[in-house]
Amino acid sequence: MSLRNTVRPTVELSALDRRFLVKEAERLLPMNARRRFLRGGITLGGLAMLTGCNVTDTKMAETLLMRISRFNDRVQGWLFDPTRLAPTYPESMITRPFPFNAFYDMDRVPEVDGESFRLQVGGRVRQPGSWTLEQLASLPQQEQITRHICVEGWSAIGRWGGVPFSVFLQRVNADLSSKYVAFRCADDYYESIDMPTALHPQTILALTYDGQTLPPEYGFPMKLRMPTKLGYKNPKHIVEIVVTNDYPGGYWEDQGYNWFGGS
Amino acid sequence: MSTMMVSQARPAAAAGARVAVAQPLWVRVTHWINALAAILMVLSGWRIYNATAFFDFRIPNSITLGGWLAGALQWHFAAMWLLFVNGLVYLVLNVATGRVQRRFLPLSPRAFMADFTAALRGHLSHDDLTVYNAVQKAAYVGAVVLLVLLVLSGLVLWKSVQFPLLRTLLGGYEIARRVHFLAMCGLVLFFFVHVMMVILVPRTLRTMIRGR
Repeated sequence: MSLRNTVRPTVELSALDRRFLVKEAERLLPMNARRRFLRGGITLGGLAMLTGCNVTDTKMAETLLMRISRFNDRVQGWLFDPTRLAPTYPESMITRPFPFNAFYDMDRVPEVDGESFRLQVGGRVRQPGSWTLEQLASLPQQEQITRHICVEGWSAIGRWGGVPFSVFLQRVNADLSSKYVAFRCADDYYESIDMPTALHPQTILALTYDGQTLPPEYGFPMKLRMPTKLGYKNPKHIVEIVVTNDYPGGYWEDQGYNWFGGS
Repeated sequence: MSTMMVSQARPAAAAGARVAVAQPLWVRVTHWINALAAILMVLSGWRIYNATAFFDFRIPNSITLGGWLAGALQWHFAAMWLLFVNGLVYLVLNVATGRVQRRFLPLSPRAFMADFTAALRGHLSHDDLTVYNAVQKAAYVGAVVLLVLLVLSGLVLWKSVQFPLLRTLLGGYEIARRVHFLAMCGLVLFFFVHVMMVILVPRTLRTMIRGR
């Protein structure tokens, strides 16, 4: 299914309008439209060796690649050394301005009222409940200047501050033998990480950016900052945290991006 | 050495003579697996490069593999196993069988220059396909070095935190991206020259398929 066919305009539109329509549709239909990644991919890749490339083969290749991606999750979990630290940088190396990046444009950044905000915590924790921003700010804080690496390849150095996530998990008496920590966000993003990464000494529940309250475009009220993970693994605008043993997936992972997604 | 010889002489060959195998089976198998893996890696890698092009150009999407970034990454991180495991088998067998010394050594700059000039003048003989000339030796060793560099720089991009020494040696994450890309360029250049030479001396293709 080609995206262009699904949004073919019924009236004559200028090329610009058409481009906007496609862009808009891409935003609205990320799942189905983007899942076409193999269609055309194999044939256009000029891979004549994969002969008889029909829909069944494509489905099989897709399934096989997804399976290898899950295998890679296990290998990466095994390669992950929980004590190995990501490099840190001097303040002079901070990328200014730090790039804004999301699956939507800047004008769609969610507005969260900090006064009434409550972070919900649930799942395999002995003290489920809600947290105000003030309560979170009263916990031990930690700062880091680290490199944010995007799955697209680019990287930028930034400065985040907040609660070491392992401290937070201990405060809520989380079952640290659980497999996953899942996040739900104010912008309908959702994400999940492995427990060893959640407990990594550089994983922080970031409340500040560059010494200031975390601005909306960088994830107010809070972002999980992990220098050991790619950008998309670092959820912004977190409103709920759940400790679980059931694989929660993630916004991009469910479309084909690797779940471990990090170093 | 016995594995290097065929057990039965072909009727066309001189009576009783044994025809030397130019490429043993394991070389042929690893060669073609490597060719497939490298093509998959390069085509999907182009798509990944396009996500954030750091040079002033993009690769036309129509000649890339994966359809979009996630698909390209899936291909890349699947084909890497093929490239890595196959490459390891190739290297280990090359050393273990002594093929490295036999076919790639000695390799001197002087011999390379002499054969290179001879090649340009069309004076280089390909009568005996069991022997590489110095230009071939340099090209094949160069391709292997590029592949090793691609794997190492790829490791820094994939696992920059887990391999700090490698990261430092390759100049950090951002430099490693460029190294990875330029090594790819070198490999693609090798590919085109390699294929061109095969077209000029088609018998080499036969040896890489049938062994002799």
